[in-house]
Amino acid sequence: MRVESFLSNSAHRYPDKSALVVGKYRTSYAELERLADRLAAILMQAGVHRGDRVVIMADSSVLTVAAIFGTLKAGAVFSPINPSIKVDKLTYILNNCRAKAVITPANLLSVVAPAVDQAPSVAVNLIDDLPAVLGVRSERNGQWSMQRLTTQHLAPSTGAVPHGGIDVDLAMLIYTSGSTGFPKGVMMTHQNVVTASTSITTYLENTSNDIILNALPLSFDYGLYQVLMAVQLGATVILEKSFAYPAAVLQKLRQERATGFPLVPTMAALLLRMKELEPGSLPHLRYITNTAAALPPAHIARLQQLFPTTTMYSMYGLTECKRCTYLPPAQLADRPGSVGIAIPNTEVYLVDDQGQRLPAGATGELVIRGGHVMQGYWEDPEATNRALRPGPNPWEKVLYSGDLFRSDAEGYLYFIGRKDDIIKTRGEKVSPKEVENVLYALPGVREAAVIGVPDPILGMAIKAMIVLIEPGVLTEREIITHCARHLEDFMVPKIVSFCWELPKTDSGKIRRSQLQAEALGASL
Amino acid sequence: MFNPITIETQVRAFIAENFHYRGEVESLPATASLLESGLVDSMGVLELVTFLESTFPLQIADDEMMPENLDTIAAIVAFVRRKCIPHREVLANAG
Repeated sequence: MRVESFLSNSAHRYPDKSALVVGKYRTSYAELERLADRLAAILMQAGVHRGDRVVIMADSSVLTVAAIFGTLKAGAVFSPINPSIKVDKLTYILNNCRAKAVITPANLLSVVAPAVDQAPSVAVNLIDDLPAVLGVRSERNGQWSMQRLTTQHLAPSTGAVPHGGIDVDLAMLIYTSGSTGFPKGVMMTHQNVVTASTSITTYLENTSNDIILNALPLSFDYGLYQVLMAVQLGATVILEKSFAYPAAVLQKLRQERATGFPLVPTMAALLLRMKELEPGSLPHLRYITNTAAALPPAHIARLQQLFPTTTMYSMYGLTECKRCTYLPPAQLADRPGSVGIAIPNTEVYLVDDQGQRLPAGATGELVIRGGHVMQGYWEDPEATNRALRPGPNPWEKVLYSGDLFRSDAEGYLYFIGRKDDIIKTRGEKVSPKEVENVLYALPGVREAAVIGVPDPILGMAIKAMIVLIEPGVLTEREIITHCARHLEDFMVPKIVSFCWELPKTDSGKIRRSQLQAEALGASL
Repeated sequence: MFNPITIETQVRAFIAENFHYRGEVESLPATASLLESGLVDSMGVLELVTFLESTFPLQIADDEMMPENLDTIAAIVAFVRRKCIPHREVLANAG
C-alpha cells in the first residue's frame, strides 16, 4: 500500500468530513484530495517524474499537506523542511538530494530563492501566493520562466494520474542532524511509513472519530505523522502554527473538542507554567502523547491531575524508524520514568558493545527490528552501515539507535543518554559539530565547544563556550546574531560563555565530552 | 509613563535588545505579527511577559496570554494601557 492511498481512501469514505482545521478554515477530505490531485498534475506537467525529490517548506498549512500528498501522487519523494532553515543549509540539502522541485509559501522566498540559485538540479519552483506562481527552469539556457497559475491549471482534476510507483519506492526523505555536522536524509519507503503509522494508531486506539490538535512542526516526523495517521483513518487534524500561546491552544482544544494532543516535554513545561489551569477542563481529550525525551515524573503527576479523564502515553523513537517504544498507560503509575516496550509489530532489545543481546535488567544500546526501519541515509553508505547492521536473519538489517537504555526485570526500558554527542533541545536533535562549524566561520573565534546544559523548559539549552583570538573582539550578542543567521532557531545557542582556554587531548582535540560532563555535574 | 509613545518605545527597545538577531525591529510595523515575522517564539513570549510584568505595574493572567494582547506592538501597547490605567487611578485615589 502506498501512502497517497490514505488520502484517496478517506476522501472516498468521508468526502465531506473535515480533514484539516487551520485557523478559521476547514478543508474537507474531498477538497484536500482535489488539491493534491491538481498539485500532482502540475508537478508532472512541469517535469517531475517518479522517484524525483520534491522539497517542501513545511509550514503548518493546507498547502503543505496537499503538497505532501500531491508529491506522492506524482510518484515522487517529498522532503519536509523546517521553515526557519537558513540559506546555507537549504542549499546543502537541495544539492544533497538533487531536488527536482521546491514548493514554498511566498514569505520564505528570501531563503528559498538564493538556495535554488545555487542548486542546479532544481527545475521547478511552486510558490504559494495570491495567485500561485509556477517557475520552470529551462534545460537549454537555465533561465526561469515564471507563470501565474490560472484557473486552467487549477481546473477540477480528473483524478489520480498513473505514475507506476509501488510501495517499496521511497516516500520521503527526512533530514536529521548528524554528528558530522551535516544533515543526513533518512530514507523511508511507503511500506516503512504505512507500517509505522499502522502500529502507532493501533496502540493509541485511534479511529476516524479522533480530532487531533497538532502544534508541532510538520518538518518534525512527530508532527508529520499526526497528519499521516489522521488521513489514514479519516480523522481530523487541527494545525496550530506554534505553541507560543498555550492558553490559545487550550481554548482551541476545548472549542474543537479535540481528542488527541501530542506533546514534547517543552510544551508540557509551558502548559504547566500556567497558574490558573482548572482540573477537568478538557473532558473530550482522550489522550496525550509525549515523546522526544521523558517527562519529569512531577510533570506526569501534574498533567494527570489537570486532565483526570485523559490517558497519557510516554513514547520513544528516532527518525530512522519513526517510533519504537511506548508505555502502556496502565504502567504509568508504577513506571513513570519508563518509555515502555516495543510498539506493535516491532521488536526491540539491548546489546553490549560487541552487539551481543543482553538479558532484561541490563544496560546497553537499543536495537530495533521491524518494517518501519529506514532503508538508510541518502547516498551515505558509511553512516548507513553504522546504523543498519546485520540482523538475526540473513536477509534483514536492524537499526542501531545510538541511544543507551537500561531495562528493568520485566523488560521495560529507561532512556539513559546518547552514545554520540547529539544534544536534545525542545524535542529536536542538535549536532554540536554543526553549531561549532558555524561558530568557527565567525572571524574572531579561536576555539568553540557546544554543549547542552539542563533547562527546566527546553530540556537541554544550547551553550557555546568560546575562546576569542583577543578578549573583547566579539560580544555575546554578535555571536548569537551570527548563529541565528546560519542556523535553524532551535540550534541557536541560548548561552554564550567566554573562556581563556578549553581542555584538550594530547593531540590537541577539544575535550567536548569533559565539558559536557562537567555541565551535567558529573566528573570523568 | 503610560503614554502610548513611551510604552511603544520601551517595548520596541526590549524586542530590539532581546530578539534583534531574528529580524529587523526598527522598521517593523506596529500591527505586524511578532510570531509570523519570526521575531518571537514560545520562549520569546515568556520573556516578553516577564518584561511587561517587571516594567509596568501589572500581572498577566493565563487567559490574557493571548495573541490578541501580545502578538503585535500595537496590541501590547493597548494591553499595557488597559491594564495600567485603572491601576494608576487606584493609586491616585489612595494618595
